[in-house]
Amino acid sequence: MRFDLRLPIGFLFSIFGAILVIYGFITPAEAYTQSLGINVNLYWGVVLCAFGGVMLGFALRARTR
Amino acid sequence: MKSSNDFFMSGRNIPAWISGLAFLSANLGAQEVMGMAASGAKYGMMTSHFYWVGAVPAMVFVGVFMMPFYYGSKARSVPEYLKLRYDEKTRTFNAFSFATMTVFSSGISMYAMAKLLNLLLGWNFDVALWASAAIVLAYIFLGGLTSAIYNEVMQFFLIVLGFAPLVFLGLRDVGGWSGLVSRLDLVATQSQNVAGEPYAAGAWVSAWNHMGTSGGNPMGVEWFGMVMGLGFVLSFGYWCTDFLVVQRAMVAENEQAARRVPLIAAVPKMLFPFLVILPGMIAIALTYKSGQTGFALPVKGNAYDYDMTIPLMLKHYFPTGLLGLGLTALMASFMSGMAGNVTAFNTVWTYDIYQSHIAKNKSDGHYLRMGRAATVFGIGLSIMTAYMAQHFNNIMDMLQLVFAFVNAPLFATFLLGMFWKRTTGHGAFAGLIGGTLAAALHHGLTMPVGAESLFKGGWIGPVMHTYPSEMAQNFWTAIWSWTTCFTVTILISLLTKRTKSDEELRGLVYSLTERHDEGHLPWYKRPIYLGAMILLAVTVLNLAFL
Repeated sequence: MRFDLRLPIGFLFSIFGAILVIYGFITPAEAYTQSLGINVNLYWGVVLCAFGGVMLGFALRARTR
Repeated sequence: MKSSNDFFMSGRNIPAWISGLAFLSANLGAQEVMGMAASGAKYGMMTSHFYWVGAVPAMVFVGVFMMPFYYGSKARSVPEYLKLRYDEKTRTFNAFSFATMTVFSSGISMYAMAKLLNLLLGWNFDVALWASAAIVLAYIFLGGLTSAIYNEVMQFFLIVLGFAPLVFLGLRDVGGWSGLVSRLDLVATQSQNVAGEPYAAGAWVSAWNHMGTSGGNPMGVEWFGMVMGLGFVLSFGYWCTDFLVVQRAMVAENEQAARRVPLIAAVPKMLFPFLVILPGMIAIALTYKSGQTGFALPVKGNAYDYDMTIPLMLKHYFPTGLLGLGLTALMASFMSGMAGNVTAFNTVWTYDIYQSHIAKNKSDGHYLRMGRAATVFGIGLSIMTAYMAQHFNNIMDMLQLVFAFVNAPLFATFLLGMFWKRTTGHGAFAGLIGGTLAAALHHGLTMPVGAESLFKGGWIGPVMHTYPSEMAQNFWTAIWSWTTCFTVTILISLLTKRTKSDEELRGLVYSLTERHDEGHLPWYKRPIYLGAMILLAVTVLNLAFL
């Protein structure tokens, strides 16, 4: 069985995303003045999770075939 | 990883999308991320020429024309191709100059990473430099080319996903593209060219409009020097002959896949200017209004320290959390830059210098051990060049200087070798020496304005010409060196006898290589169609930012 690179990529970005989302929830709004008042941790965390999820999805689909 | 072939060539079984992304991120090291942002600040939108005139057309050329030779010849390295096509001495010369270049490239990455650790974590520069060297060493030791390639793909995503929010926040802060344009107009009218005249308002935001004269744009180069020097010689030279990137395509599963590798890579490459150049342009715009924005590039000597653009922008916009991701992406980019170069260095050293000249016919295990020893040696040399990089305020300037010495003449040797079967080994060898000497002469007799270090030129004594920027000097060094190599190779080839028969050159010269019929492939897998579409798209981009 061949090593599928999408698996570690998916895991890595899902974990990064999850950390950012959680961190985004617990930080006060003042922490985001430098990022123009946008809670970038939360939003970008969601994007990373979505990317990681898609990669994992592809890898798992290939595996079940 | 059991044999030296696994360590160096990954056993040729990597899927095309992986090698395509690795092809791209082998060059997505410090030079790309920090150097292009630095150039974006120093030279403005004209930096996009590195992509839209240089890299992308060159990658199409590699995929459509060059890859069949590389793949078909079964050469394990570019110097080995030169041996098959020409002779032993041409190969050895190239192996040495290529090894020098990889050492410089990885040294530049190491310098940038040490500088980053120094600035953001407050480490001592020397400690940071040696620590980064140790990490790369461990990383390459553990895996060889396969691990380098897999990691490069990971790093590709890290960099794209780590930097996209920076572009978004920066652009939002300056009021979108139109806000950036009006701020950069201010930058242009407040800066002066060598003659002391201010630039026209659009000089930082248009790619082509101000290239009529060298004094009209911040890069200090007129359109001919740019198209010929950067587009043709440096970029084609880099993408066609730099073994570091070609190696990524040669591990593809078959020739068709190998030809698609550069073409797959060209698509994201087209969009990179938005990711890496825009932050630089935003940074210089903010610096000119630092009273209101609270952001300013530091000063180094008599100019800005442009290399600091990316680390400072990250610090300025990213809150704790996302900053960690941004830093991870940067570290990843340095790792991929260094590891890629050191891997290429140990391959060329082991196969092309050690195995062919120093110790022939040893066991496979012997060469594998040698590859590892070469890794340590290569990293040691990189540390030395990292200290040399301290003399430049833009690592891209230094990198293109190295390319002008190594890749520019080599590109002439390759072009002639692949398309003119009459080219002889003596011709190629003399041409390479002549081209490299021409580069040295040009570099030694000219200087960029305001240079205070001999690394930047003028070391022969009398200065014949002063260029408005380091980049302009690099472009012309490349033009001189390519032209000299091209002419000398033709002359000597005509004067010497061919030593290789048509039969020996089969698969190595275009006219003597049978072409595979690709008519059965669907259109989206045929290199020629893919290439044409990419060229069309890149033309549209050039016109959009005229």
